[in-house]
Amino acid sequence: MTFDLALPSGLLGAVAPELILIVGAMALTLLAAWRPETDAHQRSVGKAALWLLALTAAAVVMYAARGASAAAPGIIAVDGFRWAADLVFLAAAAATIALGIESNPKDRFVTAESHVLVLLSAVGMMILAAARDLMIVFLGIETMSIAVYVLAAMDRRSVRAAEGALKYFLLGAFASAFLLYGIALVYGATGSTNLAVIGETIARFGLTGHTMISIGIAMLLVGFGFKVAAVPFHMWAPDVYEAAPAPITAFMAVAVKAGAFAALLRVWIESLSMMDAAWLAPVWWVAVATMVVGNLIALSQRNVKRLLAYSSIVHAGYLLVAVAAGTSLGTSAFLFYIVAYTLANFGAFAVVAALGEPGTTGPAIPDFEGLWSTRPWLAVGFGVCMLALLGLPVFGGAGFFAKWYVLQAAVTSPHGLVLLAVILVLTSVVSAGYYLDLVRAMFMRPRPEGARNPAVPPYTRVVLVTSVALLLAIGLFPGALATWARKNAAVTPSAARSPFAQGR
Amino acid sequence: MNGLLAAVHYNTWILTTLLALPLAGVAVLALQSRAAAGADAAAKMEIARRTALALFVVEAALSVGLWWSLDYSSIEWQAAVTLPWIPAWGIHYKIGVDGIAVVLILLTTFLMPLTVLGSWTGIREKPFAFYAMLLLMTTGMLGVFVALDLALFYVFWELMLIPMYLIIGMWGGSRRVYASIKFFLFTMLGSLLMLVAILYVAFKTGGASGVPVFDYDLLASSAAYPAQAALWLFGAFFVAFAVKVPMWPLHTWLPDAHVEAPTGGSVVLASIMLKMGTFGFIRFALPLFPSAASDPAVRTVMVTLAVIGIVYGALVSMVQPDFKKLVAYSSVSHLGFVMLGLFAFTTQGMQGAVMVNLNHGISTGALFLLIGMLYERRHTRLFDEFGGIARVMPMYAVALSIVAFSSMGLPGTNGFVGEFLVLIGAFRTVPVATTIATTVVIIAAVYLLWMVQRVIYNPLARRENAVLHDLNWREVGLLVPLVIGIFWLGIYPAPILNRTHAAANRVIERVGGVPEVNPTELTVRQ
Repeated sequence: MTFDLALPSGLLGAVAPELILIVGAMALTLLAAWRPETDAHQRSVGKAALWLLALTAAAVVMYAARGASAAAPGIIAVDGFRWAADLVFLAAAAATIALGIESNPKDRFVTAESHVLVLLSAVGMMILAAARDLMIVFLGIETMSIAVYVLAAMDRRSVRAAEGALKYFLLGAFASAFLLYGIALVYGATGSTNLAVIGETIARFGLTGHTMISIGIAMLLVGFGFKVAAVPFHMWAPDVYEAAPAPITAFMAVAVKAGAFAALLRVWIESLSMMDAAWLAPVWWVAVATMVVGNLIALSQRNVKRLLAYSSIVHAGYLLVAVAAGTSLGTSAFLFYIVAYTLANFGAFAVVAALGEPGTTGPAIPDFEGLWSTRPWLAVGFGVCMLALLGLPVFGGAGFFAKWYVLQAAVTSPHGLVLLAVILVLTSVVSAGYYLDLVRAMFMRPRPEGARNPAVPPYTRVVLVTSVALLLAIGLFPGALATWARKNAAVTPSAARSPFAQGR
Repeated sequence: MNGLLAAVHYNTWILTTLLALPLAGVAVLALQSRAAAGADAAAKMEIARRTALALFVVEAALSVGLWWSLDYSSIEWQAAVTLPWIPAWGIHYKIGVDGIAVVLILLTTFLMPLTVLGSWTGIREKPFAFYAMLLLMTTGMLGVFVALDLALFYVFWELMLIPMYLIIGMWGGSRRVYASIKFFLFTMLGSLLMLVAILYVAFKTGGASGVPVFDYDLLASSAAYPAQAALWLFGAFFVAFAVKVPMWPLHTWLPDAHVEAPTGGSVVLASIMLKMGTFGFIRFALPLFPSAASDPAVRTVMVTLAVIGIVYGALVSMVQPDFKKLVAYSSVSHLGFVMLGLFAFTTQGMQGAVMVNLNHGISTGALFLLIGMLYERRHTRLFDEFGGIARVMPMYAVALSIVAFSSMGLPGTNGFVGEFLVLIGAFRTVPVATTIATTVVIIAAVYLLWMVQRVIYNPLARRENAVLHDLNWREVGLLVPLVIGIFWLGIYPAPILNRTHAAANRVIERVGGVPEVNPTELTVRQ
């Protein structure tokens, strides 16, 4: 299945999954506005959204299975990396909607549009994974972000949500401006926004030391840094994550981050891979700062959503290590990691959503105390997710091999990242402090008198059980996922002599 | 016996079965706990402990065959199995044993049923979960002894962590939460550094092929890293293992963990888990990085730390007011002997080290069980609360005396053989350190005899102690095998020494030490 991206019909065919999703989402917007806000209505819209996601996923799987490719490089990538990332985004969106159907009414808002916005944001992410042109990258980022800004403010009655959303919006707009400025500078230096052309121009004219590109790269890094909430561009994340409803928080912590990372990886590898000198040191330091600061601040959090927000900052740091590796091993480590990370986070947020009380910003650590004695399987499920985020083998399942893969990428990187790997493991010892704090609360404390033991509704249960089961299964037999990640890691490097060409 | 074992293809399935049976046991316990959801606490405890005991007895019975099936003149891996696990990353399910591993496996499988008996009445809360944790831990511990693939080894190594963490934290004493997290953080810090080292080694050896090599044999035969890198790698493995041993100054988690853990947890921790550290040195750190390990500076540091541990552990033991803490610190001292024996780089020292490992497992396990028996009766472990107990508990007094003698290394008990071998083995290469270590044998006698005096002799001053009842059949039954072990290994240790000789020699040759040629020379010394 080969698409000629120079022809409109070929281009249309290549973006068919995105088109299915976006047309469906438009239709659902109308459906959502059709009736007044009721619980039944948001449920039916949510279910329709899940079907739409399934349809899109089927299209993606079909393209992936048929080995869809492009006749000549264009503005859209048609490769395994794109389909692999798409599947993660779609799964995350589906989990978000599934959790939202049951948890939004509990938070006393039954806005059916929230499900549609998740879909629209997912479209943005899919565009990001496909983008081979900086303008498309920008388009994807904005489509993704604007939907998420609205999602963050979805709970209209909550002052905190309004504050968080405004912060998110202002800083996000700021970040977009940085990104755009960076794109402009790169365009100014190379005369193109196409990733492949940029790469060729840099190689042909020996622009590796060019100041304008270097500044452009720095700007791009700042922009992406905001989107993935890397230190020091993370300030917005905890407030936003804490104030948003639990499923939306999970979506922001997982999918938004994954989307930005997918684009970041492609931009670095396809067009700027000869610019190691300009970007390696900044990425190195941002990764270290993110891991250290995120872990240390997470230690003192009591609100679990906020704690998981800092944990997501930390994991952005780990992922930056995979980015810094700059090899195809790094790309496959990213794919593997993001799968494990998605599962662990949605499992955790399913429990957070189930334990959340209306009118609060979500459960705090004391709300988890003694959970084991009243809801043993819930506690075990949440425990597995925590250990997965901690990266412990067997009990943490896939989380361990995800970390293992990132460490592999770091240790084998031609950039010599052994020190970064050591910093990664040292900071993850610190992370044991807060992940185990939750385990301790659940297993080693008595259940306080009068603590509520909410039932876990069916959709939430499906998300939790699926996540935990997959985590454990992948933890025992990671071979299939590893092969999948490796197969789909081949992002085309910009030039043959690039160090990224060899997987090492 | 060997004919029978060969007839059932014992060597092809035994190790995998030993690893899988406890996991199956966890599933059984989970099902039982669902079935017994409505029952009262006593009934649940009864079901859980019986199931666990049955499983561990089967496990022990199955493992016995290893004693005979081991061809101890061979340096090949025995009962070996190799299956692909994660081919994309070059990781295999490769397991096998040598003489040293067999000895430690048998120690594990025999101690676990005794541990269940020791926890028989002590664990009333959530019994299913407790025994499930013991079973999980057994898989982890046995896995460490049999793994011949570094990735597999690491998975088993970390597998032990969570069950032990939960055992301390859920069933432990008043400061259990602090002790459990301390245990976890210390262990994890070491392990993760080792993980980076493992990956580095694997990819370095894999080289241009791009597929990492985790196979132990390939790594041990091809290990050649730049001297600087070898030192760092050895250092990473050292931290991981030294925490577990524990070597001074990384030992501080141990007293907390031992004291706060429930009896069963203490026994497993002291008798088996501490052996992981020294076993790690024998199996991995020394053979993989021989140049770093035999570097004179490194060796001096190791021997010095070992001697500091020996002296420090003994001195601190002397001043403990708490029975359990005394035994905990004595472990630091005993394991110091093991490290001294290892870094002596003589076959005798190495075999002595394995012997001390084994003896410490038996004696300290027995001591913790004895402490647990007294604690269940008196709910205290302070020496001030005891005294004169021999008058009301004569059988207990006999058992405690024997075990204490064994722990201090009285000739005729197992303790003597191990320490003696370590000392003569080490004297040949590190005489000064050995001389210092020898004097500690006296200190050991001081704190152990003083302990015996304060617990079972002295006047029977307290009324609570006068009404204590002596050991019951269960308690006698679980002590008898340990006492038999103490005398058997003390009087006739040759079977153990024969089995560990070839394996010890192989490590010694690898690090350029002084291999011993004649194994029988050792056996006549008794």
